[in-house]
Amino acid sequence: MRQDRPYSNIPGTYVLDPQHSMQGYELNMFCMSLNKPQNRDKFRLDEEAYLDDFPLTKEQRKAVLSRDWLGLLQLGGNIYYTFKLAIFDRRNMQYVGGAMSGVSEQEFTDMMIAGGRPVEGNLYTSEEK
Amino acid sequence: MANLFAGVGTSHVPGIGAAVDHDKTQLPYWKPLFDGYGPAREWMEREKPDVVIIVYNDHASAFSLELIPTFAMGVAAEFQPADEGYGPRQVPVVEGHPELAWHICESLIMDEFDMTIANKMPVDHGLTVPLSIMCGQPEAWPCKVIPLAVNVIQYPQPRGSRCFALGKAIRAAVDSFDEDLKVAVWGTGGMSHQLQGERAGFVNEPFDTAFLNDLTADKERLINIGHTEYMREAGSEGAELVMWLIMLGALDKDAKEVYRHYHVPASNTAAGLIILENP
Repeated sequence: MRQDRPYSNIPGTYVLDPQHSMQGYELNMFCMSLNKPQNRDKFRLDEEAYLDDFPLTKEQRKAVLSRDWLGLLQLGGNIYYTFKLAIFDRRNMQYVGGAMSGVSEQEFTDMMIAGGRPVEGNLYTSEEK
Repeated sequence: MANLFAGVGTSHVPGIGAAVDHDKTQLPYWKPLFDGYGPAREWMEREKPDVVIIVYNDHASAFSLELIPTFAMGVAAEFQPADEGYGPRQVPVVEGHPELAWHICESLIMDEFDMTIANKMPVDHGLTVPLSIMCGQPEAWPCKVIPLAVNVIQYPQPRGSRCFALGKAIRAAVDSFDEDLKVAVWGTGGMSHQLQGERAGFVNEPFDTAFLNDLTADKERLINIGHTEYMREAGSEGAELVMWLIMLGALDKDAKEVYRHYHVPASNTAAGLIILENP
């Protein structure tokens, strides 16, 4: 599988490409299972026991239980899937955006109201401060 | 004969739907966005399309990594709002147009676009939020809808040039449908946004403005934007904009812009809307 990718030098971005999709399939499908109300009830009752039904790696399991939003992406998760866990927690996209980028929900919301994360400094990893 | 008369490009941010559903559209945060939707709703009421083909993407609702169709068209008589984790949105059931949808599928496949055909497909915010944007909160949606779900989550997404060509083939199919119907195509998603990673919240207004401009000024440039350019310049989720190119491909070459609205932010996204009409 091709490892060098033209998008590898976009900062802070985890592309759901073939490699990522293979790594994260089971993790993403666990998240997908939370679409069903009966599964949400089961997960709420006992998170550890519910996770036993999904063949996650130790690291993925830990990231789910500790709600490590950035770690979930680094372990193969995709935001549309991992956000289902945030919905379960009644968290919004500003909270998760802040958690992934190291700021509070309010700081993240303020950044968006001010026009979003700027283009300058955020196109190539080589220009990161 | 069926007449494809117009196209709409619009974002489909779930927060916009939630603002409608929970009566928040007049709050200071949302008001500027919804004020700009007013003229688009007036246009919709005035033009009254019989059928709208809504090009959108499913966000792990009907499909998942289990099955990833690149292009899936819904041919059912109705489509239920999906449960995305909150319970389904309390919006009207979406009525389909099976005869036209099957005609388009048949025509597309004979035209060498190998479509996935869906008889059962719950529809998520990608499809229902554009309806809320354009129609508000009616008892029933004012038009029939043909859903066209495009994979834009799993890389590689279809290329812009392929999307544009698919739009052209949809146009040919609609043109050959033997019933007097007024048909519009909506391309949804975008504009620039990144939901994930340390770069979450990325917005590129110059990119979005140029994109809106070039829907009429330089289609060739838009058709040739590649995956990496979308991800870098419009954010990892900004690649949804390829779905606007299906809408564009279905229009006349000299379609005219009749309305535009752009606002940052809608949740973590730059929200755009454009209406294009054939001459």
